[in-house]
This record gives sequence, structure tokens and C-alpha cells, in this order.
Amino acid sequence: MVTLLYDKTWQGLLTAIFDIYDRKFSLASIDYTERFQPDVFAKHVEVITDDIKASRVMAGLQRKASAEAVKNIYAAFLSELPGIENTILAYARLILSSNQSIEHAYGHSAVLKVSQVARMVHREKHRMEAFIRFKLTSDNLFYAAIEPDFNVIPLILTHFRRRYADQRWLIYDLKRKYGIYYNLLTVEEITIDFNQNAGEATTNVFHEDEDLYQTLWKDYFKSVNIGARKNTRLHLRHVPKRYWKHLTEKLL
Amino acid sequence: MSERVREKLNILADAAKYDVSCSSSGSNRKNNNKGLGDTGGGICHTYTEDGRCVSLLKILLTNFCIYDCAYCVTRKSNDIKRAAFTVQEVVDLTMNFYRRNYIEGLFLSSGIFKNADYTMERLVQVAKKLRTEHKFNGYIHLKSIPGASDELMHEAGLYADRLSINIEIPTESGLKLLAPEKNRKDMIAPMNYLKEEIIAKKEEKRLFKKAPMFAPAGQSTQMIIGAGKETDRDIMYTADKFYRGFQLKRVYYSGYVPISNDSRLPGLGSSVPMVRENRLYQTDWLMRFYGFNVRELLNDANPHLDLEIDPKLGWALRNLNCFPIDINKADLHLILRVPGIGMQSAHKIISARKFHKLSWEHLKKIGVALNRAKYFIICNSNEMERRDLTETKIRQFILAGSESKYLKNSIQQLSLF
Repeated sequence: MVTLLYDKTWQGLLTAIFDIYDRKFSLASIDYTERFQPDVFAKHVEVITDDIKASRVMAGLQRKASAEAVKNIYAAFLSELPGIENTILAYARLILSSNQSIEHAYGHSAVLKVSQVARMVHREKHRMEAFIRFKLTSDNLFYAAIEPDFNVIPLILTHFRRRYADQRWLIYDLKRKYGIYYNLLTVEEITIDFNQNAGEATTNVFHEDEDLYQTLWKDYFKSVNIGARKNTRLHLRHVPKRYWKHLTEKLL
Repeated sequence: MSERVREKLNILADAAKYDVSCSSSGSNRKNNNKGLGDTGGGICHTYTEDGRCVSLLKILLTNFCIYDCAYCVTRKSNDIKRAAFTVQEVVDLTMNFYRRNYIEGLFLSSGIFKNADYTMERLVQVAKKLRTEHKFNGYIHLKSIPGASDELMHEAGLYADRLSINIEIPTESGLKLLAPEKNRKDMIAPMNYLKEEIIAKKEEKRLFKKAPMFAPAGQSTQMIIGAGKETDRDIMYTADKFYRGFQLKRVYYSGYVPISNDSRLPGLGSSVPMVRENRLYQTDWLMRFYGFNVRELLNDANPHLDLEIDPKLGWALRNLNCFPIDINKADLHLILRVPGIGMQSAHKIISARKFHKLSWEHLKKIGVALNRAKYFIICNSNEMERRDLTETKIRQFILAGSESKYLKNSIQQLSLF
């Protein structure tokens, strides 16, 4: 049994799969460096991320599986769930070794798992598209902080670029400490050191109209509720509490 | 200024909330002009505490109204605060809410002041301003005002994604009783005009790519449930007629929320028929997606839906001779008729069984509700239902083994017999 250690990037994972084939490891598992706990009896190998190797694996997958299946593998990867690398490896092996399409063979546990996890990730992506609340800052930037369960920023980028094409915006993942910024032309990945400016005055950060529209939105949210139909369970199922912290209408 | 807008928003959002249409899908407007927004699959941005989704800024332009419909909060004789937005106020609210990712677009309805055309003209103005001056490509749902002229309806279709007219009362006799000033004909005329126009414009679009969009998300309507005496059969037959005759995208069913002490209506304090509403939606889905004919689900022998069990299970119990179905062999349309198997599970079964025969274990993993499905199917397993169970027995078993999420708190809605 060999454990391959990769750098937690998508390219890294694909390189690891390449190495497993290249070095003919029949029994292998994949983990990333920070999480890995060394075991005296098992071998481990560091994977050096290599774009050429990664693109060869990608090409192999694309030749044998549909675009949909490849998208699902990527989404499963973004879930960052423990052990998902090994599920992806098992799935990739199935795809590469079979002569017919196996992506709907839900009897295989890896196929089912990838499709289920991909669905969880897509649900989170969809939730972020719904629950992101921009706040207008005094320098006309629409800013939103998020803490999604999964790393969905790569999946929501296109949606926001298309939709908010005429305003500058920034979406920042506080959990994973990176964000995307749209400058009216392109979207770029950025990281911010929030502590740097912590001492400065925070009163004028937001635009003068921001307060008004937040109040109007909260009022609106209250007005559309029909008290006679109160259904807290349903409400919580649709808007789980962990999202409330960034939802304008759920803040007092 | 802002205080005044706040007050207006409170009044006019409150009055609009009984309109349950919330869909923001079905249109495909791209943001090609580097403006604001696009439409696609539709997103629910938040949910009210009663669990309904909020995807559009749903407001009335005004709640002044010349009509006196018994079931409506904004009826002329009701003593409530009245307000009216200006066109610019609605535009500003929509743009600012949209920019903050609060909403998918605007749902604009209105009480009827002066006359139909005067009201419709103002609704169209809002949509026109958003589209042309502000390059707004988000979703716009406008109400068609009964009796509005064809020219205005045409213009509305050019700017709006969806148009709707609420027929509100499922039967004509009910309408006569509760809203004597209105008539079905006035409601149907604009609906019919739009239907013809949508078909024609779609044809045009097929030939010329550049032809303008015309109400791409189609038309919808709404019926109030439980205000009058109509049966579930009346309601669903009317819905069926509208789906076929006017090619509606959706019919919404809205449980009547008691708002007055009018003797023609259920009194204040009576509960909202939420379970009934839920069953009607289930029937609606069975009709539109599962290949059921409305007459199979509701007919002279069964004018009402069973509140305790879902309509598909109800149908299956009445037609036990169609079962059991072999999961590994049956066609999709038969699998869709099995209680406990939904759209997604059915499609998964069809794809998965190409690779190997499916057992109970597989079905469970796929997501089939076996507690209901097991009485109606056979699969690749030695274990199966061997007893010759009767309709009542199966029903008892299923009810004993499950706890309805709807019925738990509202026993008073059930009838005893």
C-alpha cells in the first residue's frame, strides 16, 4: 500500500493519478500533505504537480467519459471531503479501464458516491448564488463575504460575471481565505489581509444608501410573510441556520 | 423621502403576498449589452418564515381598487391604508435590490384604478423603463389586467418575461357569487390574445434569430383554494383546461387565508387548507410530468383527493391490478406510476439496470421510498411481498410506518369519514 501526497490542488490530484498509473501502483491511496499522518509500515510518496501529466489524465478522462462526468469529478474534488481523493481515483480507474461508458452504473460505489457528492456541491453552489448578499461600499464596490461548506467559488464565478457585468464586485470566502474580484473587465483571484486595516475607522466603509436598502429589504422580508401559514421546519430546511450570519434579512 | 418609500413598500408588499406565483425560470435573457442581470433556471434568494420562496420583488403598484371582490384584501370596501408607488420608485427599488443579489427580478401587480387600460399602461411603463433606460435583463413578471387592450398587452409582452392573469375562483358560479363585478370573459380575452401572440412570435423567432423575444416565460394563473364550495375535481379539471387550452406554463393553487368576516367565505380564524393545497400541487405534477390523465386521479367516484395519502398512492391503491411492476423490465412510464419513485429515481433506475439487475439494496441507495414502493414492485431478490394484501391493508401499513410532515400538527383538517 502506497500513499501519494499531493498539494490539494486539482492539477495535483490529476498528477497523482498519473503517477499511480506511471509507476504501476496497484494498491494506492491519495492524501494531502497537511492532513497526512505517517504510518511506520506504509510507504508514502510526494507528488510533484505537473501540468503536462495533469492534462494527459484530463484528456484521458475526457476521451472516455462525458463532459458531465468530468464536471462531476471536479465538483466532487471541490467538496474537500476526507477520502474523496480515493473515491475519485476509483472512479477514474473505472472510467479508464472500461470500454463502455460506466458513468451511470450506480451499482458501483465510487460512481454513486461521486454523483452524490457532486450533487451536494452543486446544491451548495446554487445556495451561494442565492444567499450571497452584496453590500455597497463607499467606493462603489459591491462586497460579499461567504463561508460555504464546500469550495464553490470556482463554480459560481461565471454566474456572477455574467449577471453583474456593469458593477465592480468582490466575493470573499472567509473560511478558505481567498476571493474573486471583478473589475468590469475580468475576474481575478485575490487574497486580503484583513488584520492590516483593523485599527482604522469602520464607520464610512459603506455607501450612504446602503443602510436604507438593507432596511427596505428587511421590511420587505417581513411584509411578505403570511403569519397564518407559519412553518418553521420548512423555513429552516430551505435556509439552514449556518447561512444566517451573512443574510441581511436574517440579521436583526 | 425614504420614510415614505418604507411605508409604501410595507403596504404594497403586504397586499401582494397572497399571489403565490414566485417562479423566475423559463426565460433565457442573456446579458449581452453589458447591462445588469440575466435570467435562466431561476433562483430562490430567500424563504419566508412560512417556508415560501422569495425570488422576486413582489409588489403592487397601488392597492387602490375599483372592484369589490370578497376574497381580496384590497377590495374597495375594506378599510385599509392605501398607497401608490410612482414608476420611478419601483424602478429604483428593483435596480437596487437586484444589484445586491436580493432578487431575481420584479413581479408587478396592481389594484385597478380608473380603468383597465390606465392601470396596464403604468405597469408597462415600469417594465419599459427598466429594459430600455437601465439595461435591465433580470426577470419581469407583469400582471395582465382583465379588459386591457390588445395594443397594451402586446407592449407588455415585449418587455416582460411572464404575464399572468389570476382566475382566482375555479368555477364560474363561484366567481358570480364572490366577485359579481368581474366576468370570466374579460379574464380570458387577454390570455387568449397572448397565447396566439406567443405562438406567432415563437415561429418568427425560429425563422429570424434577431426577432425580439415575446413573453419568453409564457403565462401563468392562480386559483384560490377553499374560498368557495368547489371540489378538487372542479379545480383540477379547470387547471387541465387552462394547461391545454391556453398553454399555460403554470397554474398556482393558493390556500385561502381568511381575511374577512364575509358570510360567503370561511370566517376569520379558520385554518388555511395547506394539506389540500399540497395534494393539489402533487396532482398538478402527476398531470404534467408523470403522464397521468386528470380523469384517472379525480372523477365522479373520487371528486376529492385523499388528504392522508398522496394522489399517486391513492391511484395505485385503486388500481392494484396494474401491479406489481418489475423494476428490471418495465418501461419508464410504468415505473413513474409506482408510489415512492420520483422523476429522478425513475431515470436512475433506467440507466442503472443496463449494467446489472437491481435489488432492494440498489433501489434504496438510488433514493426510492421503499416503505411505499415495496408493495408495488418486484426486483432482483428473493425477498418480496408474498401476502395477498388488500387495498385497506396496504394503506394501513404505509400510514402506520410513516409520519406525515404535514398532518402532524393539523389534525383538525381531516374529516372523520
